[in-house]
Amino acid sequence: MSLLELKNVSKIYGELNALDNVSLKIDKGEWLAIMGPSGSGKSTMMNIIGCLDKPSKGQVLFDGKDISKESRRKLTEFHRDKIGLVFQQFHLINYLNAVENVMVAQYYHSMPDEKEALEALERVGLKERAKHLPSQLSGGEQQRVCIARALINSPELILADEPTGNLDEANENIVLDIFKRLHKEGTSLIVVTHDPEVGEEAQRIVRLEHGHISSDIRNEKFSEG
Amino acid sequence: MFFRMVRGTFVRQWKKLLMIALTVALGASIATAMLNVMLDVGDKINEELKTYGSNITVIPQSEAVMNKLYDVENGETQDEFLNEDKLGELLTIFWANNITDFAPETDAQVLLDGNEVKVVGSWFAHHFEYEKKGTTYTRDTGLINLRSWWDIKDGQWMDESASDSDRYAMVGCQLADKNNISAGDSITLKGSRGEEVLTVSGIYESGDDEDEYIYTTLSAAQRLTGTQGLLKKIEVSAITSPEDELAVKAARDPSLLSGDEYDLWYCTAYVSSICFQIQEAIPEASATAVRQIADSEGKILEKTELLMTLITVLSLIGAALGISNLVTSGVMERSIELTLLKAVGAKNGQVTFLVLTEVMATAVVGTAVGYLMGYVFAQIIGETVFNSAIEMNGMAAFIVAVLILFVTLLGSIPAIRLLLRLKPSEVLHGGH
Ligand SMILES: Nc1ncnc2c1ncn2[C@@H]1O[C@H](COP(=O)(O)OP(=O)(O)OP(=O)(O)O)[C@@H](O)[C@H]1O
Ligand SMILES: [Mg+2]
Repeated sequence: MSLLELKNVSKIYGELNALDNVSLKIDKGEWLAIMGPSGSGKSTMMNIIGCLDKPSKGQVLFDGKDISKESRRKLTEFHRDKIGLVFQQFHLINYLNAVENVMVAQYYHSMPDEKEALEALERVGLKERAKHLPSQLSGGEQQRVCIARALINSPELILADEPTGNLDEANENIVLDIFKRLHKEGTSLIVVTHDPEVGEEAQRIVRLEHGHISSDIRNEKFSEG
Repeated sequence: MFFRMVRGTFVRQWKKLLMIALTVALGASIATAMLNVMLDVGDKINEELKTYGSNITVIPQSEAVMNKLYDVENGETQDEFLNEDKLGELLTIFWANNITDFAPETDAQVLLDGNEVKVVGSWFAHHFEYEKKGTTYTRDTGLINLRSWWDIKDGQWMDESASDSDRYAMVGCQLADKNNISAGDSITLKGSRGEEVLTVSGIYESGDDEDEYIYTTLSAAQRLTGTQGLLKKIEVSAITSPEDELAVKAARDPSLLSGDEYDLWYCTAYVSSICFQIQEAIPEASATAVRQIADSEGKILEKTELLMTLITVLSLIGAALGISNLVTSGVMERSIELTLLKAVGAKNGQVTFLVLTEVMATAVVGTAVGYLMGYVFAQIIGETVFNSAIEMNGMAAFIVAVLILFVTLLGSIPAIRLLLRLKPSEVLHGGH
């Protein structure tokens, strides 16, 4: 059964169809890359999948349940419980240290638990830097804190918008390794990227152009293996 | 966690929060000062009333009847007297404790350097004792209380405790100007029955006819006219209950009241029942209320309260505007952070609660500081306007707290609306 399904989804900003009648199915445990030129509607799609935004038209089914008509409050709860978000810019709260930033997500989900938060940081290899403020961390480290924050509530789906966009090769590899591990553990991943190398790691690559899906291909690397 | 986030804001936005605290403190201080003055001012005005002289005059009954018949000014041409011995009876009435001050008076036209002037004999700072049926009634009273608004231009108040106090006088400033009299001078007064040489202890300014008079002791004035042991008038200052229907009815004729009404009236400190009791105690006297002063005072009080209410309301509006500005710009400054909270799962209510907690915590500190400032303001107002300390009222503290809470919430509304409009999808829109 598919984890997520977009049915004829459009997002219209005034005259502009940022997403134009897009339909897409994503299976449980799938790792999907979304690629496409700037302005093609990738982030718009992520926002809708991530329940941060509502489509102008169409339906969004999560576990077979239509969530596109839910209230904002319900959407927030839904996104909080099921989805972990990683942004292109490392959005951390700059007066809270690494572990506290992770705990914020716990706080709004259930109960902050420092031990669990430290474990999440350990998974991204940052246990030693838990007490550092974002300004004392490198870009790659900040991005890893974001990933730890996205992981903390054990989401079914991780959405990452350009997670490696601002990172160098070494850090990119660290992040990709984390994703690979999550994938192995059965977490579904949707990763927006410009970078073909990052796209290559996914099982499936969806290309967007002007709000349309222009191609949807399985990655041979995986179908072989 | 919540606490860490709040603390983070306090550390980072302390300047803004300090400004909010100051704005709140200012509003709270003015509201505190005004409310306390207003709540205290009723009593103050009563004290003021007392300081503005008597509210009851007691004159011989026969004279009162004549005045009614011929509409003559008090004591101008009449030759009726009260007995000085009866003075103490005032202190035996049911409401004696409400009589804060009283002073006997006798007056006479005398000659000063060939010119006719009015001399009034009275008490200045008098220790009075009266014995009746084994009880001693005492009172320290006199013009020093009944004419507290007198401005001593030269010299000082007469000291009645001095053994030769009988040889002193106080002169109204206009008369003193006309006759070139200053403190320490001797003046010779020729009365119908005698002559007195008095030393001027002080020159006063009263702001009315009394600036043309000479005041001296009761006995000196009595000697001038040969009316030893006799009085023309008693001025009484009493604390009274506000008039109501019963008082109005009784004022027409107490004998028309039913038994219960009569008892209630008699046992209430209406000015009419006090007057009635004075007449019971001194049957040959007629006691009447002096009303105009109280009425005009009441109007001034109303206007003052209106003005103070206005100042309070304006200052609170100002505070609300200031708070709204500061909180809104504070939220704008941290819009990314607040949107991020939404993006990691905070509901609108939770983000609002976070911001309101910060603002409210700040407001509480501001209110506390403002209350202390308001206390100081109230005392300054009390000292300069009423010449006495303002008592701080618990009720006022409560009202101020509620008002400030309300104003702070009101001022936070625009910021909260802004905060609710922050969309996680927009601010975090992929890499903008
Ligand atoms: N809130 C908005 N109001 C109006 N137009 C918007 C809004 N958000 C996005 N758009 C427009 O929608 C289109 C798709 O934007 P989107 O952010 O999804 O692009 P993207 O594929 O993520 O691009 P990039 O690779 O640069 O991040 C763009 O033309 C953008 O200008
Ligand atoms: Mg984008």
